[in-house]
Amino acid sequence: MSWRSVRTIYLHEMARFFRTIWQSLASPVLSTVLYFVVFGAAIGGRIQAVEGVPYGAFIVPGLMMLTVLQQSVANASFGIFFPKFSGTIYEYLVAPAGWVEVMLGFVGAAASKAILIALVILLTSFFFVGMHVAHPFWMLAFLVLTATGFSLLGFILGLWAKNFEQLQIVPMMVITPLVFLGGAFYSASMLPPFWEQVARLNPVLYLVSGFRWSFFGIADVPVGVSLGAVALMILVLLAAIRWIFLTGWRLRE
Amino acid sequence: MAPIIEVDHLSKRYAGGTTALDDVSLTIEAGEILALLGPNGAGKTTLISIICGLVTPTQGTVRVGGHDIATDWRAARRMIGLVPQEIALEPFETVANSVRFTRGLYGAPPDEAHLEQVLRSLALWDKRDAPTRALSGGMKRRVLIAKALSHKPQVLFLDEPTAGVDVQLRREMWQVVRELRRSGVTIILTTHYLEEAEEMADRIGVIDRGKLLLVRPKDQLMGEFGRKQLTVELDAPLSALPEGWEGRGITLSADGRSLEYDYDARADRTGIGRLLAELGRLDLGVRDVATRQSSLEEVFMALLAGEQGTGGQGDAR
Repeated sequence: MSWRSVRTIYLHEMARFFRTIWQSLASPVLSTVLYFVVFGAAIGGRIQAVEGVPYGAFIVPGLMMLTVLQQSVANASFGIFFPKFSGTIYEYLVAPAGWVEVMLGFVGAAASKAILIALVILLTSFFFVGMHVAHPFWMLAFLVLTATGFSLLGFILGLWAKNFEQLQIVPMMVITPLVFLGGAFYSASMLPPFWEQVARLNPVLYLVSGFRWSFFGIADVPVGVSLGAVALMILVLLAAIRWIFLTGWRLRE
Repeated sequence: MAPIIEVDHLSKRYAGGTTALDDVSLTIEAGEILALLGPNGAGKTTLISIICGLVTPTQGTVRVGGHDIATDWRAARRMIGLVPQEIALEPFETVANSVRFTRGLYGAPPDEAHLEQVLRSLALWDKRDAPTRALSGGMKRRVLIAKALSHKPQVLFLDEPTAGVDVQLRREMWQVVRELRRSGVTIILTTHYLEEAEEMADRIGVIDRGKLLLVRPKDQLMGEFGRKQLTVELDAPLSALPEGWEGRGITLSADGRSLEYDYDARADRTGIGRLLAELGRLDLGVRDVATRQSSLEEVFMALLAGEQGTGGQGDAR
């Protein structure tokens, strides 16, 4: 295990982020502001409160989760796909760095970027709604775990993708629908009983629920189940990445 | 001296059924320049890709500096630098940062003095802050070499290092390779340019259709397979070869003004003295005499022709 290799990949990926820092931050912040205007002001004015929490504040964890999921997947998938696209992937494969070093470098950077943007969104949201975070430690823990889990997913996506179209289709066709149907803007208890049961099959529901609990102390599913779900997700994805590197699938001939 | 690379019964069959390498065994001594020659698809790139870790072999073993590339891959890879055939660089990265990145990836601590020495030796120091996308093709290729040297490898693989570069740059590259060898780096290069192998290599390996046909010191290869040719220009044209000269490797040119004699330069008796004496005895005036050594290209073509004729019996020593 070479920590210097991990650090090199991590800093290299973060440098790409900081080269375009304003574009990286402006887009998600602008989107958040729009969500507050549309969901918070226009619709929220009619909903008033969900389980005692003003609707504008209720959607903040969901908005942060939406951004974390999208940014984690996008950053990690692009991070590893770009060397494949440009041909520089050979450097990672011939270096004395194993799958753990390469994965930690890319996934660590992607998760860091997503967390940073999520925290900027949290700061932005304070301009629109008055709220406080009930469990700051657990809020950060859920943020880190979720960013890590979906960065791992994005990393696999980048390894799998053969072109930019494939790189974009999974976030567009899978991640975004899962987030919107995962209780980002509503509580699962607001759904009819049948659809509430269907929603419980959505893994994102557990992440949003746990994250919302860290803010307001309310959750659709027990917090322990949320933590277990994200931990299980991380373990399964780590096993998949290990298999990819050891077999050379889509990497080595 | 112990070999720095030992390739033992290495084979690679791709999923589609293509056999890219077929039971190749080879040893490479520390400090030498080995050129791997072969036509497109011969297996040259597959061989070095396996040694470097880019391709997984179907069977066989490779040891680099005594380290097995499968079981002790970290130690083996630390000894290796690879310059790939295709130019692949991050376009927005500067030259210096690109080299620093590779060094870090290999787990080596920063060494600005070494960075400067490598960039200066490759005439890249003035371009150290330039983004790689702004460089010419030749400079990009030199950046690839700088990256491959960033962690001070003991073995450097150059896959078609001068493909597509102009003659002047090619000669500059040769100079760089010679200097690397002088510094103790073992160099394995694949090339289409036979002139390149002839100019630089200590030993030459010939690969065709996945088989390593032979590996020989360059001079031995030229002597063993290369023929010398004596050309005698005559004062007056001949209508036919003199009687009794047939079957001795002597041919008369179409205009009858010159004789060509193929001989083995390493033989005890080349037959040149006898030929010149016979010309004098027949009172045939000689205007000029010249000799020519077979080029490596001719040797290479002869080898491939022989291989196709014998069905692939190689001799890779």
